Amino acid sequence: MSQVRFTDQHEWVRVDGDIGTLGISDYAQQQLGDLVYVELPDVGKTVAKGDEIAVVESVKAASEIYAPVGGEVTEVNASVVDEPSAVNASPMDNGWLVKLKIADAAELEALMDEDAYKTYVDGLD
Amino acid sequence: MAEQRRTLGDLQQRTDFVRRHIGPAEADVAEMLQTVGYPSLDALMDRAVPKSILSKRPMRLQEGQTETEAIAHLQALADQNRVFRSMIGMGYYDTITPPVILRNVLECPGWYTAYTPYQPEISQGRLEALLNFQAMVMDMTGMELANASLLDEATAAAEAMTMCRRVGKSAGQAFFVAEDCHPQTIAVIRTRAAALGIELVIGDPQADLDPSRVFGLLLQYPNTFGEVRDYAALAEQAHAAGALVVVAADLLSLALLKPPGEWGADVVVGSAQRFGVPLGFGGPHAAFFATREAYKRTTPGRLVGVSVDRKGRPGLRLALQTREQHIRREKATSNICTAQVLLANMAGLYAAWHGPDGIRTIAERVHRLTVTLAKGLDKLGFGLAHKAYFDTLAVAAKGKANEIVKRAAAAHINLRLIDPDTVGISLDETTVPEELEAVWRAFTGRKTSPLDAVKLARTGRDAVPSGLRRSSAFLTHPVFNSYHSETEMLRYLRRLQEKDIALDRAMIPLGSCTMKLNATTEMMPITWPKFARIHPYAPLSQAKGYLVLIDELETMLCGITGFDAVSLQPNAGSQGEYSGLLAIRRYHQSRGQGDRRICLIPSSAHGTNPASAIMAGMDVVVVACDKHGNVDIDDLRAKANAHGDRLAALMVTYPSTHGVYEAQIVEICKIVHDHGGQVYMDGANLNALVGYAKPGEFGADVAHLNLHKTFCIPHGGGGPGVGPIGVGKHLAPFLPGHPLGARFKSKGAPVAAAPWGSAGILPISWAYIALMGRDGLKRATEVAILNANYIATRLKRHYPVLYTGPGGLCAHECIIDTRPLKDSAGVDVEDIAKRLIDYGFHAPTMSFPVAGTLMIEPTESESKAELDRFCDAMIAIREEIREIEEGRIDREDNPLKNAPHTADDLVAESWSHPYSRARAVYPVASLRADKYWPPVGRIDNVYGDRHLVCTCPPLEAYQEAAE
Repeated sequence: MSQVRFTDQHEWVRVDGDIGTLGISDYAQQQLGDLVYVELPDVGKTVAKGDEIAVVESVKAASEIYAPVGGEVTEVNASVVDEPSAVNASPMDNGWLVKLKIADAAELEALMDEDAYKTYVDGLD
Repeated sequence: MAEQRRTLGDLQQRTDFVRRHIGPAEADVAEMLQTVGYPSLDALMDRAVPKSILSKRPMRLQEGQTETEAIAHLQALADQNRVFRSMIGMGYYDTITPPVILRNVLECPGWYTAYTPYQPEISQGRLEALLNFQAMVMDMTGMELANASLLDEATAAAEAMTMCRRVGKSAGQAFFVAEDCHPQTIAVIRTRAAALGIELVIGDPQADLDPSRVFGLLLQYPNTFGEVRDYAALAEQAHAAGALVVVAADLLSLALLKPPGEWGADVVVGSAQRFGVPLGFGGPHAAFFATREAYKRTTPGRLVGVSVDRKGRPGLRLALQTREQHIRREKATSNICTAQVLLANMAGLYAAWHGPDGIRTIAERVHRLTVTLAKGLDKLGFGLAHKAYFDTLAVAAKGKANEIVKRAAAAHINLRLIDPDTVGISLDETTVPEELEAVWRAFTGRKTSPLDAVKLARTGRDAVPSGLRRSSAFLTHPVFNSYHSETEMLRYLRRLQEKDIALDRAMIPLGSCTMKLNATTEMMPITWPKFARIHPYAPLSQAKGYLVLIDELETMLCGITGFDAVSLQPNAGSQGEYSGLLAIRRYHQSRGQGDRRICLIPSSAHGTNPASAIMAGMDVVVVACDKHGNVDIDDLRAKANAHGDRLAALMVTYPSTHGVYEAQIVEICKIVHDHGGQVYMDGANLNALVGYAKPGEFGADVAHLNLHKTFCIPHGGGGPGVGPIGVGKHLAPFLPGHPLGARFKSKGAPVAAAPWGSAGILPISWAYIALMGRDGLKRATEVAILNANYIATRLKRHYPVLYTGPGGLCAHECIIDTRPLKDSAGVDVEDIAKRLIDYGFHAPTMSFPVAGTLMIEPTESESKAELDRFCDAMIAIREEIREIEEGRIDREDNPLKNAPHTADDLVAESWSHPYSRARAVYPVASLRADKYWPPVGRIDNVYGDRHLVCTCPPLEAYQEAAE
């Protein structure tokens, strides 16, 4: 099974080989409320860990999404641009945002696993 | 017992205005003090205001005048102004305000006392008017999208420049400005570009433009000298190189000229002034900003969009607010906040009043007169600098221009002296044929007109090049084709007004907005022709009354704030912030400390603060706030230390955005000064200081004042605002200057198109200060504090009151916490805000400065009766919430979740809610006698942002909803 890792900014990344799929967590979509807009990067763009890679907006908040790991964008989820509500409905599956070719898998190590992230989120409320 | 004989002095009622401006009567004040727990206003103020900020000296102001005296004084000032026929042009034209709009919009409190339509359900009338404005601008310019106004043409052009930089795909780093743009536009763009480090290239677009070097370019159409040039090929070249094309256009000319949207413009900006808005010595007027749909998310300013309410009925709202400073802060598309709504509404309604045929007729008439004028000049031996024009001529008069302009002035006509050899003449809808003859006399120096204008007008060809003639239709929507009789227009205006809550209907307790009385006496002078019909660049000898008023107002504001100098140029609070920060930057530069660019901003600041700092070329560093909402002194000290010799300024709001007099403000200012920084004070909350503390004395180096908050200029539904800045002596040389029409001592960069910004509404603030006088203003502050604390005291048993200062007191506003109700009843702050509508109130400020709370500012103008009505409503709503908490009513289906309730809801066939219709709409008995009916139910914000529509919907949309 592929592993999912989380950042303290509520992004997640799922790793399959050298490809990372990333999106925002369920907690993040709840905090933002109904999304009305998603902006995704161009395929081929190279980002470093922590760079702004996408933007999601609700009616009351705009939130930059930062790359949990560095790499080159290989694919974006165009369907969420047309239907931002998919991110609310299915943040971890159909609502994924970007796939990238991970440059340095070692960067994943600093991220939280699912249990650690759950503990982290519980501590926020 | 013999009645005491009152003296003549008593009978004169010298302080009559003060007691009418201030809501609570003497007896009410005593009762309210008892509730709050203080024996006197002095005792209350003594406890509430920290000693460290108290001013040792009273304000340098006169005693208050009576209304009769103030009006007489203003009349005398107006009489010192001289209204000449203005043919100066340069973006400002005399116009005929349709009297039905003058009296029922500009002079009507239902329109001018409204607030920005953040609560859409109680704002459908002005939102519709703004949508009309957007539709009008889109039609005239041929663009896909228009916003709901900007401050003036020059700032709109500057906003366009920065938008081009955001969206441009070009590698070019410079912005090109055609040298034949209006000079004030070029001046303001220079200011903005310099602060942001954008390189400007100014020149002739057909000779000097290298499209590959620029990310965008600005053209003026027709240009400042009146010439109409065909820029289609140029636009194509620019696009090929990846540059964007901005066009500053004249709205009226676009009735005859091919609109820029049809020849390649990416952005069209301009002023809507000549659509019925008086000159007012420079403003306020609405600028417009139109662009392509593709750039909607990066467009500056407010956008009205169409959405639906909960029942699927069409409803309007402000769309895509995530672009704006109050959400996006330093990443906002602009610092623009208050714009020019009242004036935009007038311009949109002017278009509805005249309709497409009327607008075309006005444009054709102006053009015919201009052609006739040119023909006459030609016969008299004066040639034109250009042959293609709409309403403006540049006339060759070798060596004689000065003399001609002087002769015209002797005949009470202002012409534009372009240079010693060229005279500029602009005509407008007020021009009559006799005036052409007067111009010919001025050119020839003869006593009688050598030509007959009416005869001359019979023949002659138009001067619009055939390739640039407009063929497309405009203003086709029914709203522009239905209200051409005065009866219909009168009723349309009434219908729109009826949909809204403004101050003429109920208290608007918006924290941070200071929605106080805009007294009729204060408002009367602004439409007097001797204030309204002066061109901003008229010779100052014709504006003596204005200059005296401006001097007196500056002196008054210095007296109130303790500053040494004031600039009235910034035409909104956001522009005041910007001007103040620029002054600080220039000051540092003048001392060889140009590296000071760090701006510290507390996390609780208004969103405009970081947005303005970015525009001023500063880097924002956020300072934390402690749990009381006060600036965290340790964090401030640490950050001031860390940035040491790069520290430019601190921006601090006082009293704080939490409505608290922070006791440490003096220390805060000292820390910043010790590190070589300057203190910028956001004066939004000055209403809590007047007569007690002066920012210029307790540590601020510069502050902006919102004349539209503290000093009674009405909010106009989202503008006009006026945001002058006051500064200490050391910053005075860096106040905004102006390239035209004014002789400022200061040499700072201009920030607005007109020398004194929105001069036309300065009589309002002058009148307020003159009427209240020193003692009245102080009393107003005291009662504002009392009113806020009275509300806090009455509500604190029902809702937690957050963030109080010394003595558990708040300043002029209080914050109540509704977050616990989310858990206990599933009720959020929006439910309470919308339920207040059923009780007939505009909600307080929602979720600022703290998410999930309400911030209430009653101002001194609300009476005890109104405060009680509001508190009663809030308490009744708390009881409704208790029913949910106790399981007596459904968590999802209850009066709060379903609020607001419309008449339409009420007459629906079935009523399935677990509460009665009467409880829905008459939760308190007094509503049966006086009820505000919201025209729509709760607006669906998400739908509106997902399906953006920014123009008038087809009428079928309403029909479908009804079916």
